[in-house]
Amino acid sequence: MSWWSRWWRRGQMEAQLEKELRFHMEQHAADLIAQGRDPKEAMRLARLSLGGPEQVKEDCRDARGTRWLEDLWQDFRYALRTLRQKPGFAAVALLTLALGTGATTVMFTMINGVLLKPLPYSDPGRLVLVQEQTDYSTILGNLWGFTYPNFADCGRESRALAMTAWRFSNGTLSVPGPAENLNGRQISANLFSLLGIPLYRGRTFLPEEDRPGGSPVAIISDALWQRRFAGSADAIGSTLVYNGKSYTVVGVAPAGFRLDQGDADVFTPLAQDAAPYLENREAHRFLVWARLRPGATLAQAQAELALVGRRLAAQYAKSNKGRGFVAEPLRPDVGDVRSTLWLLLGAVSLVLLIACANIASLLLARAVSRERELAMRAALGAGRGRLVRQCLTESTVLGLCGGVLGIALAVIGTRPFVAFWPGSLPRAEEVHLDWHVLVFALAASLFCGFLFGLAPALRVPTQALERTLRAGARSVAGHSRRLHGSFVAAEIALAVVLLVCAGLLGRTLLRLSSLDPGLNVRNVLTARTALSPATLPYPAQIRAAWDDVLERARQVPGVEAAAMVDTVPMREGNNPIGYRTSPAEAPDNQQPVALATSVSPDYLKVMGIRLLEGRFFDGRDRMGHESVVVIDDVMAQQAYGRQGALGKHLWIDLGGDPVRVVGIVGHVRYWGPAGDDQAKVRAQLYYPFAQVPDRLLRRWSDLMSIAVRTRVAPLSVVEPLKQAVRGATGDQVIYEVRTLDQLAGDSLGRQRFLLLLFSLFAGLAMLLACIGIYGVLAYLTSRRVPEIGVRMALGATAGEVTWLVLRQSLGMILTGAVLGGAAALAAGRVLLRLVEGMRPAGLSTLAVTIPVLVLAALGASLIPALRASRLDPLIALRQE
Amino acid sequence: MSEKSDLPQGTLDLLILKIVALGPVHGYAIAQRLQQVSRDVVQVPQGSLYPALHRLENRGLLAADWKETETGREAKFYRLTRKGRGQLDTETASWQRLAEAVSLILRLSEGGAE
Repeated sequence: MSWWSRWWRRGQMEAQLEKELRFHMEQHAADLIAQGRDPKEAMRLARLSLGGPEQVKEDCRDARGTRWLEDLWQDFRYALRTLRQKPGFAAVALLTLALGTGATTVMFTMINGVLLKPLPYSDPGRLVLVQEQTDYSTILGNLWGFTYPNFADCGRESRALAMTAWRFSNGTLSVPGPAENLNGRQISANLFSLLGIPLYRGRTFLPEEDRPGGSPVAIISDALWQRRFAGSADAIGSTLVYNGKSYTVVGVAPAGFRLDQGDADVFTPLAQDAAPYLENREAHRFLVWARLRPGATLAQAQAELALVGRRLAAQYAKSNKGRGFVAEPLRPDVGDVRSTLWLLLGAVSLVLLIACANIASLLLARAVSRERELAMRAALGAGRGRLVRQCLTESTVLGLCGGVLGIALAVIGTRPFVAFWPGSLPRAEEVHLDWHVLVFALAASLFCGFLFGLAPALRVPTQALERTLRAGARSVAGHSRRLHGSFVAAEIALAVVLLVCAGLLGRTLLRLSSLDPGLNVRNVLTARTALSPATLPYPAQIRAAWDDVLERARQVPGVEAAAMVDTVPMREGNNPIGYRTSPAEAPDNQQPVALATSVSPDYLKVMGIRLLEGRFFDGRDRMGHESVVVIDDVMAQQAYGRQGALGKHLWIDLGGDPVRVVGIVGHVRYWGPAGDDQAKVRAQLYYPFAQVPDRLLRRWSDLMSIAVRTRVAPLSVVEPLKQAVRGATGDQVIYEVRTLDQLAGDSLGRQRFLLLLFSLFAGLAMLLACIGIYGVLAYLTSRRVPEIGVRMALGATAGEVTWLVLRQSLGMILTGAVLGGAAALAAGRVLLRLVEGMRPAGLSTLAVTIPVLVLAALGASLIPALRASRLDPLIALRQE
Repeated sequence: MSEKSDLPQGTLDLLILKIVALGPVHGYAIAQRLQQVSRDVVQVPQGSLYPALHRLENRGLLAADWKETETGREAKFYRLTRKGRGQLDTETASWQRLAEAVSLILRLSEGGAE
C-alpha cells in the first residue's frame, strides 16, 4: 500500500489498529483467566503488559509513515480555520493576491502562447531557417533572402537538410465572385509535406507542377473555401482566376494554417509563378525553410552549407563572392512584441512583489500577537521545525487560495487583454490557458506563500519561552519593527520603480506627439490599389490605367486632390536605395542610402509636405524628358553639405542615367515620430512614377497606392472611392485602406499601450504601498499605545504625538524612495533599450514622480498618527 | 525466570520475521511464541511489537489478512512476503556471521588473559 492510500484510508486503519490491539488484550486476559486469575485483574494485567494502548497506537501511527501528511492536513485545516476567523484580513489578503497572481498569469499566458510555444508544425524542433549571409553588412544587415539558383544548389547538395522555399505574393481574385485583393504565397511542391501538415481536402502540388510551364494549380485556404465556395466539395477541380491567370483548385489547406503572421488565401507553385527569377543569382526573393533529415544535426547542416557556399562563391564570383549560407532553428517571428511582453511581465511581477510584502507585514503583525500561543505550544513540547512548518503551511494555503482566484481572473481576463493589444498580436490564436500556465501560476503562488510566510515563521520562539509567556499582551515587538520598516521600504521602492517608468513613458509620449511629422496627417486617406490584371502586360496601358484611376478618384465628391505613391509614411514597407553624387562606382556596403518614393505630381499637395526650394514634379516629367528627383532637407545636407543641392546630379540604382535634383522638400518622419530619429535611413528621395522605365513598370505598378486629401471626414469617401476605382472591367480594387491619422496613431501604439499599462500598474502599486504603510503604522502605533499614554500624561501635545508617529513612517518612506530611485534609473535604462523614442531617464522625472508617492504614503500614515494624537491618556494607560 | 535480557538493537525485526516465516500468525501469538521459544530469556516488550509489525508491513516485508482464529474470533494474521523472505535470509546470515565473530573474539580474550 502506498503512503497515499494508507493516508487516504487512515480512518479504516485506525479502526483496524484498535481491533487488533483489543484482540491482543482480550486473548491475553483469557489466557490469564484460564490460569486462574480474576477477570478484572486479568484485563488490567493485559493492558499493563501491552504498555498502554494509546502509547502503542501512537507508535504504530508513526510506523505507518504518513505522519507528515497527517500533520500537513491538520495544519491545512487549522490554516483555513484561522483564515475564516479573520474574514477581513483574509479578504484583503486574497484580493491583493488574486489581483497580483491574476495579472502575472495573464502576462505569462501571453508569453507562453506568443513566445514559448513551438510552431504548430509536426516536430518543429527539427525545422530550420536557412538564409544567405554576406561577409559585409549593408544598411539592412548581412542576412539575405535566397536566390532561386542558390536554393536549388543547396537543396541538391545537402545531405542533412530537406529544403523548401516560399515567397509572398498578392493579387486580384476575379473569378469566382466579385474582384477582391488576396494575399497569397508561392510555395515549393514539398512545403506541406515537409512541415508535416496534411491538407484538409485534395492534394498538394506535384513536382512537375512546380516547374516553369507546369499546369496551373492552386491550394486555397479554409477561409477562402468557406467564403467563396461555401465549403463545398465541388471546389476541388473548379477554376480560380488570380492575377488574370486561371488556376485549377487542387486542395484546401487546414483551417488556421499559416506560414507567417499574415493570412494567406491562395498557394501557387513557386517555380511556375516565379519563373523570371529562377535563373537569376541576384534576386534574393525566397524564404528557405528546411527539415533536418533523420539522424542529422544542425552542426552537420551548418558545415555542409558552409562547404556549398564556398563552392558557389568560387564558381559564381560575380554574384556569390563573400556570400555563404547559415541555418538556425526556425522560430516564430514576433518582432518587438517579445520585449513588450517581457517588460509587462516584469512590471506585473513588481506589483505581485508589493502584494507579497503587504501580506508578509500583515502576517508578521499577526505572528507577533500570536507569540504567546506559539510559546505555549513550544513549552508543551512542539518542536521548532513543527511550528515553522505550521506557519509556512498557513501562508502557503493563503498563497494557493490567492493563486486559484488569480487563475480564475486570468481565465476571464486573457481574451479581453488580447483584444486590447494595439495592432494585431502575433500568434494570438495560440494564447490560451494550458498546463504550462497552470504550473507557472501554482508555482508562483506557492513561491509567494513561502515568501510572505518566511518572516513570521522565522520568528517562532524557541528560547526564553517563559519570558514571552510572562510578558503577556504587552510583549513589544521591538525587533519586528525593523522588519516591518523594511517591508514598507521595499514596497515604496518597488512602487517608485513603476511610477518612474510610467513617468518616463508619459514624458516620451508627450514629446513624440508634439514633434512635427513633416506632413499634414489630417484628412488623408491611403489605399493600396491593384489595376485590372488585363492591363498589366502592357506598359502603355498601365500608365493610362493609373491616369484613369487618379482622374476617377479626383471626381469623387469630397476629394480635393489625389496622388499615387508606392511607400506611404508610417505604413509597413519602404524602399531604401543606394545613391552616389559622382559617377564613380562604390562597393555596396559603402554607399549612402536614401528612402526612395515613387509618386505622381500631386503627392506634395495631398500629404501637405513643405516645398523648401525649387519645384515638385509636374506633367513635363515623363518618359523621354530629363530624369528628375526631389530630395528632402536631410538628404540635401547628407549628400551636399551646406552648398545648394538644387540642380546637382545624382546617380541612383534605378535607371542608370544620372538624375537631376529639381527641388528640396521638408523631411517627413517616415518611420513615425518614435522611430525616425534613430532610423538607419533618414534621407528621402522622390522620383516621378511617370519616369519609371517600361521594364520595371509592372512590378512598380503592383506596389502602388493611392492617397487622397479630402474636404470631409476621410473614412466617408472610402465606399465612393472603391466604386469609382473599379474601372470599366470592374476588377480594379483598393485594399488596406488607412487614414494617415490612423497610421500615425498606430506608430505610437506600442508606447501608448505601455504607458497605459505601466500607469495602471504604478497606480495599483501605489495603492498597495499606501495600504501597506497604513497597516504597518496602525499596528506599530497600537503597540505603542501605553507608551503614548505615558508621554501624554507627562505633557506631550497632540502635535508632538503626531510627529512621533509620522517620523517613524517618514524614515521608512525615504529609505524606500532612495532605494527605488536608484532602481528606477536602472529600469529606465532597460526601457531606453527596448522602447523606441525613449530618452535617458533624467533626474527631472524622478523629481516629479517620487514626491507624488512620498506624499501619498505620508497621507496614508497620517491616519494612524492622528488617531494616536487623539488618544485619551487615561484609557491608554489602562490598556496595560 | 531468573535472568532476562533486553533484545539487542534491531533484532526484534529479525525474530518477528523468523516466527512469521513458520506460518501465518497473529500479533498475540507472535508475542507468546517469542517468549516460549526463547524460554523466557528474551524479554519482548509487547508495546514495541505492534509498531514493529506495522513498520515491517509498510516496508512490504510482511503482509496481513483478517482471518478467523480457532476460537472463531477475527484477528489480523501476518505472513511473510517474498521480499520478507529475502530479508530474513540476509539478516539471518549476517546475524550468524556477527555471532560467530563475537564468540571468536570472546574465546580469544580468555586465552590472552592466561
